[in-house]
Amino acid sequence: MEHLVIIGNGIAGITTARRVRKMSDMKITVISAETKYFFSRTALMYVYMGHMRFNDIKPYEDWFWEKNRIELIYALVTSIDTDNKKVKLADNSEISYDKLVIATGSKTNKFGWKGEYLPGVQGFYSLQDLELLEENTKNISQAVIVGGGLIGIELAEMLHSRNIYVTFLVREEFYWNNILPREDSILISRHILEHGFDLKLNVQLKEILAGENGRVKSVITDKGEEIKCQFVGLTPGVHPNIDVVKNSKVETNRGVLVNEYFETNIPDVYAAGDCVELKFAEPGSRFRFEQLWYTGKMHGETLAQTLCGKRTKYERGVWFNSAKFLNIEYQTYGFVSAKPKDDETHFYWEHPSAKKAVRFVYKNDDHSVIGMNTYGIRYRHEIFEKWIKEKKRIEFVLEHLTEANFDPEFYEKHEKEILKKFNNDNDGADLKLKSATKLSLSEKKII
Amino acid sequence: MTPVQIQPFKIYKYNPKLEIIRRSGLGIALTGIFFLLLCLTGTAKITPELFLFLSFGLAVTGAIIYSLPAIWESPAGIKNNRIFFNSFTSKGMIGWAAGIIITSFYVSLYWFPSFIENWIRLVDPLSYFLRNEKADRWFLYGTFYTLAILIMGLKMIIKYRHNRYQLIRTLSVMFFQLGFAYLIPALLIMFNKPEHYFSYFWPLKYQYLFPSDINYLTHTAGALGYFMVFWGAAMTFIAVPVLSYFFGKRWYCSWVCGCGGLAETAGDPFRHLSDNSLKAWRIERWSIHSVLVFVVVTTALLWTNSASGGKVLGELSQTFSSVYGFIIGAVFSGIVGVGFYPVMGSRVWCRFGCPLAAVLGFFQKFKSRFRITTNGGQCISCGNCSTYCEMGIDVRAYAQRRQNIIRSSCVGCGICAAVCPRGVLKLENGTEEGRYNVVPDDELVLINSQN
Repeated sequence: MEHLVIIGNGIAGITTARRVRKMSDMKITVISAETKYFFSRTALMYVYMGHMRFNDIKPYEDWFWEKNRIELIYALVTSIDTDNKKVKLADNSEISYDKLVIATGSKTNKFGWKGEYLPGVQGFYSLQDLELLEENTKNISQAVIVGGGLIGIELAEMLHSRNIYVTFLVREEFYWNNILPREDSILISRHILEHGFDLKLNVQLKEILAGENGRVKSVITDKGEEIKCQFVGLTPGVHPNIDVVKNSKVETNRGVLVNEYFETNIPDVYAAGDCVELKFAEPGSRFRFEQLWYTGKMHGETLAQTLCGKRTKYERGVWFNSAKFLNIEYQTYGFVSAKPKDDETHFYWEHPSAKKAVRFVYKNDDHSVIGMNTYGIRYRHEIFEKWIKEKKRIEFVLEHLTEANFDPEFYEKHEKEILKKFNNDNDGADLKLKSATKLSLSEKKII
Repeated sequence: MTPVQIQPFKIYKYNPKLEIIRRSGLGIALTGIFFLLLCLTGTAKITPELFLFLSFGLAVTGAIIYSLPAIWESPAGIKNNRIFFNSFTSKGMIGWAAGIIITSFYVSLYWFPSFIENWIRLVDPLSYFLRNEKADRWFLYGTFYTLAILIMGLKMIIKYRHNRYQLIRTLSVMFFQLGFAYLIPALLIMFNKPEHYFSYFWPLKYQYLFPSDINYLTHTAGALGYFMVFWGAAMTFIAVPVLSYFFGKRWYCSWVCGCGGLAETAGDPFRHLSDNSLKAWRIERWSIHSVLVFVVVTTALLWTNSASGGKVLGELSQTFSSVYGFIIGAVFSGIVGVGFYPVMGSRVWCRFGCPLAAVLGFFQKFKSRFRITTNGGQCISCGNCSTYCEMGIDVRAYAQRRQNIIRSSCVGCGICAAVCPRGVLKLENGTEEGRYNVVPDDELVLINSQN
């Protein structure tokens, strides 16, 4: 029987295993040094905040794996021998494979800051990081977070839930301004301030200082300010975790290099998820790395096809992502550039409460919508995706916007105001809301 | 570019004043509870009005003062911080103690009312005011019950002030409890009519279709009695299928029903304690349907007996009826159903026992427009939905495979949709067509890129 070995039990590795099991009878082994059982990485924050126990963030009960004949090994892989088709574990035992999938995820970036290895300074990515965080934040009152991305704001929210005063250093002019357009960034920044965080914009970390006990006591910013703290969270992004791959014959650059089929340079060795670098994407661009929950899932689903003999090309489809900035939910579809490009127009509407907003990006020539950002209003994934795919015009999208609304029943609807703003912004525009048809529900049939 | 100064409309910072208000509230409430316990000894007999104020009055006032600071403490949004660190809400010592106290109250209420006799006397003034008659243990129980729903309802409203579905739904259960399950029955007694609860019906309120009750109502209350019987039957046989078709069982379970009302308010701090394992689901299906069979058989026996003038079955049907009343009516729905809130979650009765929930569930599953839809591929499998589902439904199992959630047990409380950090879930009444969107696993692949 063919033996599939998967290194890493994150969303990419586990999706691969589950999907392969659906289609094939081959022997499947998943090895991880982080945990025995699969958990939702995106939910680690809720364990720290006391919303859930660790058990609650495991998407499958423990009996599931044996029942589906997926063997789980809780061990560290120390080397990969592609000549003999073997992987070696930390206890020197070896496991032979017929096919190998590398799904080792990513690691927190370090920038060589002075003091970044001091006790009380850490990143936040793994279960081990969570355990360390519990230790590091026991009975403390002040923390500094460095890096204004998604993990940064989550870590800030986590510490805040334990009544720790958070100073948030953000390099950009506003929070996440390198990704979000200006108004969007301001909206979120305002929401961060509302929570009572000390948000410092345009500020970078210079160094981290230790106190007499050897633990962190303060940070110095590039403006020369010293901020007292007992904890520093470093969240300047992640990079592929390829430690175990580097010393093998598998080709790597910043990540494990793969083609459209997630094949590496070595036959029968594949890679998926955060750890890969997509060879076919434009060199040097951020599209060479896909380090999201959703992409991990899609990588795994695609790769499983190939592993089961149906060689399938990965197609990114219409890009989407989502997050929650404290209380504000965020969805993004297609391409929304931080600074409007010459051939596109941005339409932005914001609710007077500054907690809800939408942004639509459309091409100047044919008015086709290429991207949307939404804040505090839920919209239907399938419909937005369809509109982008079908290159619907901005006028069509706005007139039919109610159909895509996914907010709970009785929620205040804002589509009328959104349309009004568009009509005001654009001379001669006279869009009228089409009443939502019940069609949208039956259209929801996926296949 | 000069840096823009961002001004939030309001900044929520730790405010010691709020903590003082909260502690005062707690102090006042505890004083009230102290007096309430004191009243058990009969102290209140001389001046019941004064002690009614000192016990109930202070407890209620204190509880309200205790809940209010949450409004100014942090911006509106999901706040489940530290629920699993709190001894009261995570089956710690305090949680178990609370469970034992509530259970003891139920035991006294059903079998040792003499133990709480002085409490019953304590609410006499209120009973005379509302019903023009002295209090009995059920009036005391109703008063406790209604207060719990109103006070914890207020807390629920504050917690979910950003969510209109929760606001309206909570106001609805508060309204139905206060009006239909407390004031109207009291008024009926005041006017010398049979006490009747229009918000309950067979098979939850099983007696309402028993021959003895029907006889009693029609003989003692004339036209009103006939109306009561008609109302109950209409609810059971018309409202249940019709309303469940349009709205799912939520129209009753989480909007009207008193058991649901208590679970959704007083039970809210314990909803995450419901077991959401597959094993629990298996037990649930056996258990709830057994109770339904039990109540149907009991009712059928009673009617056979009544039709035959007691000749065919003798005492058998009566035995069935009292056994059902004891095991299901008292032990299951009362002691386990409410007493075990802090240990087994807030919907134990509704999930494992309530025969009406079973009937509503059949309609919800097989003939209804209601479903919870999932939003494309947005699920991150975090588990908030499954954790906070009071019915122990593993919502995530559906959401992560993009499948609509149609489960007979779902009471449509909407909390899964509220706690979802990615806006994946939505309660909807839509067309029946396409409701069951079972996604074949092999075809799930590449949903995002298929054309």
